[in-house]
Amino acid sequence: MKKKKWPETWRTINPGCMVFDAGNARTYHTGSWKAERPEWDDSKCIKCGICYIFCPEGCITQDENGFFRADLNYCKGCGICAHECWPGAITMVEEG
Amino acid sequence: MNIIENFELYAPRLIDKEEYFCSGHRACQGCGEALAIRLMCKALGPDTVVANGTGCMEVISSFYPTTAWNLPWIHLAFENAAAVGSGVEAGLKALRRKGKIPDRDVKAVAIAGDGGTMDIGMQSLSGAMERGHDLLYVCFDNEAYMNTGIQRSSGTPFGAATTTSPAGRASFGQKTWKKNVPEIMVAHNVPYVATASPSYPLDFMNKVKKARKVKGPSYIHCLSVCPTGWRSASNLTIKMGRLAVETGVFPLYEVEDGKYRITVEVDELRPVEDYLKHQGRFRHLTPDVIEMIQERVYQEYNKLLDKVNGLHAWSDLKFEGELFE
Amino acid sequence: MAKRVGMEVGIAAAEAVGMCNIDMAAVYPITPQSHIAEHLSEIVADGRIDAEFVTVESEHTSISCVSGASATGARVYTATSSQGLLYMHEILPIVSAMRLPVVMGNANRAISGPINIWNDHSDIMPQRDAGWIVLFADNGQEVVDLTIQSFKIAEHKEVMLPICLNMDGFQLTHTVELIEFPDQKKVDKFLPPRKPLATLHPDNPVSMGTLGMPEIYAEARKSQDVALINSKQYILQIWDEWEKMFGRRYKPVETYRADDAEILMLTMGSMGETAELAVDQLREKGMSVGLVKLRLWRPFPFEELKAAVKNAKLLIVTDRAVSFGGSGGPVYIEVKAGLYHEKERPLIYNYIIGLGGRDVPVPCFVEMFEAAAQSAEKGIVKDYEYYGVRG
Repeated sequence: MKKKKWPETWRTINPGCMVFDAGNARTYHTGSWKAERPEWDDSKCIKCGICYIFCPEGCITQDENGFFRADLNYCKGCGICAHECWPGAITMVEEG
Repeated sequence: MNIIENFELYAPRLIDKEEYFCSGHRACQGCGEALAIRLMCKALGPDTVVANGTGCMEVISSFYPTTAWNLPWIHLAFENAAAVGSGVEAGLKALRRKGKIPDRDVKAVAIAGDGGTMDIGMQSLSGAMERGHDLLYVCFDNEAYMNTGIQRSSGTPFGAATTTSPAGRASFGQKTWKKNVPEIMVAHNVPYVATASPSYPLDFMNKVKKARKVKGPSYIHCLSVCPTGWRSASNLTIKMGRLAVETGVFPLYEVEDGKYRITVEVDELRPVEDYLKHQGRFRHLTPDVIEMIQERVYQEYNKLLDKVNGLHAWSDLKFEGELFE
Repeated sequence: MAKRVGMEVGIAAAEAVGMCNIDMAAVYPITPQSHIAEHLSEIVADGRIDAEFVTVESEHTSISCVSGASATGARVYTATSSQGLLYMHEILPIVSAMRLPVVMGNANRAISGPINIWNDHSDIMPQRDAGWIVLFADNGQEVVDLTIQSFKIAEHKEVMLPICLNMDGFQLTHTVELIEFPDQKKVDKFLPPRKPLATLHPDNPVSMGTLGMPEIYAEARKSQDVALINSKQYILQIWDEWEKMFGRRYKPVETYRADDAEILMLTMGSMGETAELAVDQLREKGMSVGLVKLRLWRPFPFEELKAAVKNAKLLIVTDRAVSFGGSGGPVYIEVKAGLYHEKERPLIYNYIIGLGGRDVPVPCFVEMFEAAAQSAEKGIVKDYEYYGVRG
C-alpha cells in the first residue's frame, strides 16, 4: 500500500479509521523508552529460548548460530529476560 | 522456579515463530498482559478474528494509523467484547455457510480486561456464553482499571490499595474478595473453562489451543501482572505470576465438561506473604490482614481441591434410573 | 409479480427484511417493535431465508452484535424502540464512525418517564447526532420500500453508513394496511450482494475501531460528517432507481397541496396522512393550506425544505418530542435554523403534539391550522407551545 503523508487530512484519512496494513505498529520504535538494555554472554547461553518466550515486546529472535538477541529498536528494557535467564547469560546494562 | 516448565521451553522452535501481536505496541515496560496476548495469538494461529473490549490492550495496540495486530481485529466499546465477538462468530458462520467466504474454520475470540469482563462486561459475557456461540473469551485480569489510573474493580484482591480503594488510617484498601468469574462461567455450562498465566507459557498456550478446538463457548481467565498498577518491578513480572500460583492465590486449573483438574500442581503452598511483599499495592498490610488473606487462600484452595476430587465430567453422569445417593 | 396484501405493518417490515438476503440479524424484543422481532425469527425458523438470528440479551448487545457481524462482511439487520434505542445510544455513534452499514428499524415510542409504551418521537431525537442516516416512513408501503432501499443506501461504497428507519409504534407497526410487495426477482436485481470495502477475515487482516489521537480525531469527524452530507446524492440516485423499477417515487421532502399554499404544516411520520385529510377539509373551505412531510431527518434536506416553503407566509412545524429547556421541538429548531439565512422566509410556529400516544385526529389538525392562521394574521411572533395539553 502506498504510504500516505502524515498527519492525514479529512480527505485522505481511511474510512472508519480502519488500518489496512496489518502489524504496521512496527514503524513505531519503542526502543527509546529504555534505561537499560540486555546483553548476552553467549558462553553461558544454553539456547533454551526462555528470553524469547517471555519478552512482552516479542523483540528477541534467534540468530543462525542459535543465540538470542533483542531488537533494540523495540526493547523497552523491562529486564524480564535477564531476570528469567536461569543460566545467567543476560545482564542489563545501563544505556550510555 | 518451576524447572519442569522451563525444560519444556527448551525448544522455542516448538512455538509458532510468527508474531501476530507485534513489536511497536505501546504497553508499559514488563507488561504481563501484552506478553499474554502475544502468547495467546501464537497459540491461536492466523485463522482468528479478535474482538477487543476497550482497555489497555486496545489503546496500546491501535494508535491510528498503526496497528500491532497481524490478525483481523475489531474494537467497539468497553463492555461489549463478548457481544461484538458473538456477532463476528455469527457473521462468519452465515457467510461460510452461504459460500461467501472460504470454507475453513476461523475462530472468533473476544478479549477484555477485568473491568471490561467482570464488571461492566458481565452481562454481554453471560449472554454470549449462554447462547453457545463458537467463541473463545479471554479475560486478561490485571486486577484493577489500569488504563484509567488503577481504580479498583471486582477483580481487585482483598487488601490491595488502588486509587479508589486507597489505604488510609481508616482503611486497609480493597475490602471485598475477588469475584470468581471462572466459577460463574462453569455455572453457564461452558464446556471449557480455565485459569492461566503467561508465567506458565506452555500451560497457557495449551489451554488456548484446547479452547480453540471447542465447538462452542470457552472461557480463559488469565492473570496478567501489571508492574505499573501493582507497583512491582518490571523485571519481576514472570516471577510475580509464578508466585501467585505457588502461594495458591491464583491456582491454575481447567474445567472440561464440568470436570476440574489442576494443571500446575503445587506440592506445598508457599505463604502468601512471599507474593504480597513484592508489590507496592500490598505494602501497607498489617500482619492481621495478611493472616485473613492467608486463611481465605487456604479456604478457596480447599474448595477447588474439593471440586477436583469430587466432581465428575458431565458426560460421565449418565442417568440410569436412579439419581446419585 | 408484485402482489398486494393486507398485512400488519410490523409483520410487513419483517417480510421486507426477508426479501433482502440478509446474513444475520440480532433483535431484542421491546413493545411495539416485538412483532418485527417475532416475525423475522419465524421467517428464519421456517427456513425461508438463510441467516443467523441471534437472540441477544439486550439492545446494547443487539447493536454490538450486528456491528461485529457487519464487520465480517455480512448484511445485517436489527430493530428496536424507545428505551431499547436509548440503551443502544452509546454504541450508535461508534457504528457510524466505523462506517458499518447496519440497517435498523425503529418502532417509535415515547421514552420513560412516566413509562409509556405508545407512540411519539422522543426515542429517535436524542440519537440525532449519532451520525446515522435517519428516515421516516408515513405508511406501511413506505416501511416496506424504505426497508429494502435502506440496505442499498447503507452499503453503497460512497456511503457506508448505518441507517435507522423510523416507523411510528402502534400507529404504524400494529395497523393492518394494504401493501404491495415487490417481486423478489426485481428486488434481487435492485439489491445485489454486499461488496464491503474491508472485512474481518484472516486472508486480509484489517484493524477496525482504532484509537484516534487529538492530531487526527477532528479529521476523522469531518470526513464522517462529509460522508453523511454526501450520502444524500446517493439516496436520491437510489430513489430514482427505485422509481424506475417499482414505480413509486420517494423524496427527502414530500409535499401535499403545498405549491400555492400560504400556510404550510410540517410533519414527520404517520401523522402526515391524518394532516392530509385536514388539508383537504380546509381547502374545501377555501383556506390556502398545504403540507410538507419530512422523510429524511439526517442528513437534513435543507435545499429541498427551502424550496418547499419558499412561497409560504406561515409554516407550522409539528414536533413529537420535547427538547427540555430549549427553544422548541427538535424539528422546529432545525427548520428555523435552516431558514435563518433566507431573505424571504415564512413566520414559523411550533406545536408539540401527540406525546406518548396522545391521539391527534383530523379536527385537531384543522384547529391547529385555524388557530395558527389567526395568530399569524395578528402578526404574533411566538415560539413553541404544547397543543391540546390541559391547563
